[in-house]
Amino acid sequence: MKLLIRGGRVIDPANEIDAIMDVLVADGKIEAIAPNIQAEGAINIDAAGKWVCPGFIDMHVHLREPGFEYKEDIASGTRAAAAGGFTTVCCMPNTDPVIDNAAVASFVRERAQKSGVVNVLPIGSITKKQAGRELSEMAELVEAGCVAVSDDGLPVADSAIMRNALQYADMFGLPVLSHCEDLNLARDGQMHEGYYSIIYGLKGIPAAAEEIMVARDIILAQTTGAQVHICHVSTAGSIDMIRDAQERGVQVSCEVTPHHLILTDEIVGSYDADTKVNPPLRPLEDVVALREGLLDGTIDCIATDHAPHHLESKDCEYNLAAFGISGLETAVALIMDKLVHPQILDAETMVSLFTIGPADILGINKGSLDVGTDADITIVDPELVREVNPREFYSKGKNTPFKGMVLKGWPWMTIVSGRVVYKEGKIITE
Amino acid sequence: MSKEGGKTVKLEQRKDLLGLRDVSREEIEMILSTATPMKDILKRDIKKVPTLRGKAMVTVFYENSTRTRTSFEIAGKYLSADTVNLAVSTSSVAKGESLRDTVKTIEAMGFDLMVIRHGMSGTPSYVARNTNMRIINAGDGANEHPTQALLDLYSIKEAKGSLEDLKVVIVGDILHSRVARSNIYGLSKFGCEIRVVGPATLMPPEIEKLGVKAYNNLDQALRGADVINVLRIQRERQVAGLFPSLDEYSNLYMLSPERLKNAREDVLVLHPGPMNRGVEISSALADSTTAVVNEQVTNGVAVRMALLFLMMGGSKDEITY
Amino acid sequence: MRLEPKKKLMDDMGIKRAITRIAHEIIERNKGVENVALIGIRRRGGPLAQRLAERIEEIEGIKIPVGILDITLYRDDLTTLAAQPQLHRTEVFFNINDMNVVLVDDVLFTGRTVRAALDALIDIGRPRCIQLAVLVDRGHRELPIKADYVGKNVPTSHTEVISVLVSEIDGKDEVVIQDILKE
Repeated sequence: MKLLIRGGRVIDPANEIDAIMDVLVADGKIEAIAPNIQAEGAINIDAAGKWVCPGFIDMHVHLREPGFEYKEDIASGTRAAAAGGFTTVCCMPNTDPVIDNAAVASFVRERAQKSGVVNVLPIGSITKKQAGRELSEMAELVEAGCVAVSDDGLPVADSAIMRNALQYADMFGLPVLSHCEDLNLARDGQMHEGYYSIIYGLKGIPAAAEEIMVARDIILAQTTGAQVHICHVSTAGSIDMIRDAQERGVQVSCEVTPHHLILTDEIVGSYDADTKVNPPLRPLEDVVALREGLLDGTIDCIATDHAPHHLESKDCEYNLAAFGISGLETAVALIMDKLVHPQILDAETMVSLFTIGPADILGINKGSLDVGTDADITIVDPELVREVNPREFYSKGKNTPFKGMVLKGWPWMTIVSGRVVYKEGKIITE
Repeated sequence: MSKEGGKTVKLEQRKDLLGLRDVSREEIEMILSTATPMKDILKRDIKKVPTLRGKAMVTVFYENSTRTRTSFEIAGKYLSADTVNLAVSTSSVAKGESLRDTVKTIEAMGFDLMVIRHGMSGTPSYVARNTNMRIINAGDGANEHPTQALLDLYSIKEAKGSLEDLKVVIVGDILHSRVARSNIYGLSKFGCEIRVVGPATLMPPEIEKLGVKAYNNLDQALRGADVINVLRIQRERQVAGLFPSLDEYSNLYMLSPERLKNAREDVLVLHPGPMNRGVEISSALADSTTAVVNEQVTNGVAVRMALLFLMMGGSKDEITY
Repeated sequence: MRLEPKKKLMDDMGIKRAITRIAHEIIERNKGVENVALIGIRRRGGPLAQRLAERIEEIEGIKIPVGILDITLYRDDLTTLAAQPQLHRTEVFFNINDMNVVLVDDVLFTGRTVRAALDALIDIGRPRCIQLAVLVDRGHRELPIKADYVGKNVPTSHTEVISVLVSEIDGKDEVVIQDILKE
């Protein structure tokens, strides 16, 4: 079966392409990119006015399966990904059981094959049961298809273990994704510690809780020569340290979430628990620093930290609510509306942050429209205006502080290995 | 009157009183001036007026409190409202019912107003969003305790004649104190110079952005003070590593007759009670201020009567939800 | 709502004469003023009670106690009002037990204000009797209430508005009537 995507603006930063062209897909692979392709018998897709990009990759999501299917499962989470324009997601290991062995990793991949609609690449845990003590069997995890290791949410507090993990993972070229949080400093914290935490009377999480661990991980990466990736950076201090380390040649990369690029801690005053997230929403100075980091290349990619929760974990007292935002279905529209349309971020940089950026960190053969590679394609309609309506989410997690926001620029079509899985608001299954 | 969502809001049009931060000076003055005739009623032989006949209110306290809860209850009764206390520990909350369900159940019983105290900041706002009952915050976490601040303001005005331009010192655990926050919001609307004093570990780092002066030294903070509001110190804070011992705390911050010499001669000492003698206030000073502290309790009833009258007395048609 | 031009019912001299007459009637009815107290209903009953007391003192040479009653908390229309009326203090700083209390108000209309005043009064003590003095009785009673002393009876229609002005509050003494014009 052939697909011919005609007349769209093809944006492929990996190949430095930004032009009106056609893309021909055959047998699930990219067959050709050129102006005015003629292809007998191909299904035509008119992409005039749309942006045709390599499939977007979200390297930080929580699919909750196995163990927490009431929050999300692989079927609903991958549909949310497709609706959000993502063709590949990397799922964090904090499931039950934890993805700390080949059996669980294989289970996730099989479930994804059976019930998923986009590529699912599991992330294994750094330590067994994410307990922070013994290293997981990483060779086995790589064998089972894991593309990285992380103890996301339960950061490795023991610096000796973390150093060992970086050294050991480096043998396999396996990136270590570090959720940087000093749990003692952050204990009982509900929001960023600062002016608004005084005003709202909520226990604060100081920026130092993140920055101390960022500093530690940079030092460990430097002394071991291994690669470390900092998850969801959120403070100006973290950005400064990472920038400095990169300039010194330390192998440190980092990601940022859409919500940390757009929201500030002021909105916590509604006590709407959908604003409760970890790391917490930060003040304007930090948002400005994150945007600078995005523009000067310090930040390598945008990831959602998609953290779906059941309604009851959010519709309650702020202190009792779970941390997290259901982010897959709003990420692209938020970046389009808040950063691309206001000309803070150009289209090519935006696309690379969602494609070749994460692909390079993970070392996977995705994120470009190279001829012969899997035909994972995201088509964005830059002019489409729509309201964020969580009730229409494919994700089981309706927890978003962006509800009701009207945004311009949404995913229009999502193609995975040459198959259209999402088109104009609808998931397409055979 | 204050602006809320661009519209001018009068106190009687407020559905809820969640804190003093968004309450205007005019609204506070209205409450305080209404409290005086209410206080007169407390001194009569017949301490009851029929004003809130047929209205029902419920107090729901998720934290222990005798005086605030009793004060609200008797204030409602003096105004002829039917007043019910929900004993939280013995209710279905103990069986794991969610707050939302508890609120819906209470609402279904026909209450007009709910007074809530909760250990977690923001819970009264959460409840207010989910009910048509009027909500009065009787203290939430480290956020606000508006009626305590109103009675403090009333007591200060009664003693000093006016709230304008006073030097008010708040001593103690500023970090965890909702009384401190509500007092700061209330007093700052009257041009008071507010000083907060306590150990650095119990002082929020950016507190001065609220327009107050922060001190670590009690004697410096007390210089020329017209009013001192002494906060309770809780032993849990020592366990949490915020200060080394109650002994060291009291050496540094206990208010005593000797230290009062730094303040004005006619200084007014307030304490929200109950007092920890020998910790935040010396026994001698506690004895000499007992009368004032008891007057504060009386004023608390009067201020809460004023609030209940202003919020519950009128028609519901004009409420700004 | 538009009102027709005001028509004057009483001027300052008229009010003064009415007060003088009521003062005499109070003295006569109570056989002296040994046991009499005057309590004005806020707002304009207050100054009128004060003037009555002064007049009685001129006549009898006795200073009688005067108080002011705020009836807000006793009104029967609170739940229908959008905004709460400003609450003021009740200033009755003497014991009313076993006194002959004369309630003083400017206008007697439906009788509801007087009903509230009676309840308020009884909550602060137990007078021997309560009498009622008004400057103007305009009729249209909705409750079984009758004035003991009346300055002037004015037959009115429901659409008319009676305003009593007193110099202590309004800067001049005058009673006027206006009708609401039909649109």
